[in-house]
Amino acid sequence: MIPLRRYWPVAASALAVVALQVVLSLGNATYYMTQITMSAYYALVVIGLCLLMGYAGQVSLGHAGFFAIGGYTVAYMTTVNLLAYRDVPLVRWLQSLHIVVQWQNLYGAEVLSFSPWPAFIAALLLTGLISLLIGVPVIRLKGHYLAMATLGFGLIIYRIVLGTKSLGQADGISNVPPFHLLPWLEVNGRAPFRVQNYYIAWVAVLLAMVLAINLVHSRVGRALRSIHQNEEAAHSLGVNTYRYKLAVFILSALFAAVGGALMTHYNGSIGPSEVTVMKSVRYVAIVAIGGMANLWGAMIAAILLNFLSLRGVFGTFDDAVFGAILIAIMLFAPQGLLRMPKWHAVASAGRASALALQRVVRGRTTDTRRPHG
Amino acid sequence: MNFPLIMQYGLSGITVGSIYAIVAVGFNIIYSTTGIINFAQGEFLIIGAMTAISLHQILPLWLAIALAVIMTTILGGLMEVVFIRPVRNASVLRLIVITIGLSILIREAMLHIWDEQVHSLPYFTGTSISTVTILGAHISPQVLWVLGTSAVIVAGLTIFFRFTPTGRAMRACADDRMAACLCGINDRWMVTLSFMLSAGIGALAGCVISPVTQTQYDMGAPLAIKGFTVAILGGLGNSMAAVAAGLLLGLLEAFVISQFASAYKEAVAIVVLLLILVFRPTGLFVRREIGALRAA
Repeated sequence: MIPLRRYWPVAASALAVVALQVVLSLGNATYYMTQITMSAYYALVVIGLCLLMGYAGQVSLGHAGFFAIGGYTVAYMTTVNLLAYRDVPLVRWLQSLHIVVQWQNLYGAEVLSFSPWPAFIAALLLTGLISLLIGVPVIRLKGHYLAMATLGFGLIIYRIVLGTKSLGQADGISNVPPFHLLPWLEVNGRAPFRVQNYYIAWVAVLLAMVLAINLVHSRVGRALRSIHQNEEAAHSLGVNTYRYKLAVFILSALFAAVGGALMTHYNGSIGPSEVTVMKSVRYVAIVAIGGMANLWGAMIAAILLNFLSLRGVFGTFDDAVFGAILIAIMLFAPQGLLRMPKWHAVASAGRASALALQRVVRGRTTDTRRPHG
Repeated sequence: MNFPLIMQYGLSGITVGSIYAIVAVGFNIIYSTTGIINFAQGEFLIIGAMTAISLHQILPLWLAIALAVIMTTILGGLMEVVFIRPVRNASVLRLIVITIGLSILIREAMLHIWDEQVHSLPYFTGTSISTVTILGAHISPQVLWVLGTSAVIVAGLTIFFRFTPTGRAMRACADDRMAACLCGINDRWMVTLSFMLSAGIGALAGCVISPVTQTQYDMGAPLAIKGFTVAILGGLGNSMAAVAAGLLLGLLEAFVISQFASAYKEAVAIVVLLLILVFRPTGLFVRREIGALRAA
């Protein structure tokens, strides 16, 4: 029996997605779908990070790195030209299996490269491997140490991307071909494919949501939450905390890689701007806005904020807006905006801020906490 | 490699290393009184230098730097009072995220105030081409300013923490907040003071390296990462060890530049950081058993 209470939001969102599509198509505003599709791919990263941060309580400031590993792997494999090696038996054999295919790029040049499905699978395998290698040592760390280590990982990926010729350095990789998921279904950013891609992205997001919800409500999810609440207690009750944390770390890295790979096919390109520390911080900010351990909140926040940001609503204050939101949420509503903000808490935090400022201005004599005598 | 060349690389390593050490000391001051890592530490250096550069247009250099340091100090204090104090008892994760948000806000504010151009203070003595020769190595006199200032900061802090009542009160707070409070020490003021102190020394360090490395609005984050690496290398909270670790990292970077492409320089600190986090998160200079006790 399917517990209805758990899944009705999935059905409701699916309906909302269809309704939105109808409205946008009727209103002749399908161009909005481009940004919604991109936001949906970012939402995949956020859903994964929400599992890691909200449920397992482990911060990661390097998720843009995993997004980039996914994106750059598919971009590299589908654009690298093997034409010079066409007579090598291995390449021939791969071509006979359709793992390597010949196609024409935008300029009409012949390209012999990996087809998107094998590239996609390779991207996931590579991300899984790297997240395992990074996760094994790093996930033992706590608090600041984990934050700085993941930040360091993100920075290294950024440096590698910027310093490697075959990854395009500052220009990134462009001319990435569309991804034919099925013969009649392709991830393609061109205008005629807008509606189709809008649905592809949403199906990916809702699938990720169902997977995440199932995980959270399973034995694994309960173990994760026990780790978040009190790691020592969980450990003493026989929860293998290390293995659970590592598994969630890898899973969230894979979510990010799927987002990166699909986004790269959709945009037809990827560049180093996807790997900056600010991108990683942005994902963390969105999870925080959603309420940390709140998958639906994280997803909605991801779609809304990325959509606004991609539409250019925040102008040159794009990063500043995310910084300000991050601080405001952490000061006034650490449970997230979508979990009914308690306005009296906001007021009292504001009052505490004002009071502290006042005390400093007036001098320390008014500090009532000082022992008398 | 001949001797003057070794001296050349060595001196440049010590110069940047001493700046890393100052950033690390800034981390340590705040960490030992509050237990949080201030991700906005690197921004203090940049905002100090930027303010001095603007003030220098109308004021003499020494006055501009002094005012910039004072203003940054006040900014550090305000930051603590407004953003950290109200949520003092919150989880580490929440406090980290707040300081990350603050670093973004400061950086973006600097971008809008001082644009994205590279700025710099003039050389304190001489010009960009004047050199001093030490044991065959040709260095800019500014390098001596950097080394001298770092030494003065470290010595000043040592005297402050050892011999002044306020400094001792801060150490008491770091050691046992409750006990310090019971002795009549105003612990909240000590926390504010620690933010002011690390903002102030950061601003001063930012000013003295500005002529050598130039100053750009987004240079804070790499400095913070390196400063943190140094702080961890020396053991969090241990300022004297941070100085040694800073010089070590500076020399290591100089060595890498001398042997490999300078593009790898940035990666050195991060690799060191990851290695130290994995193998000796309590630092190089702490005995393993003591570290384990502290971490627990």
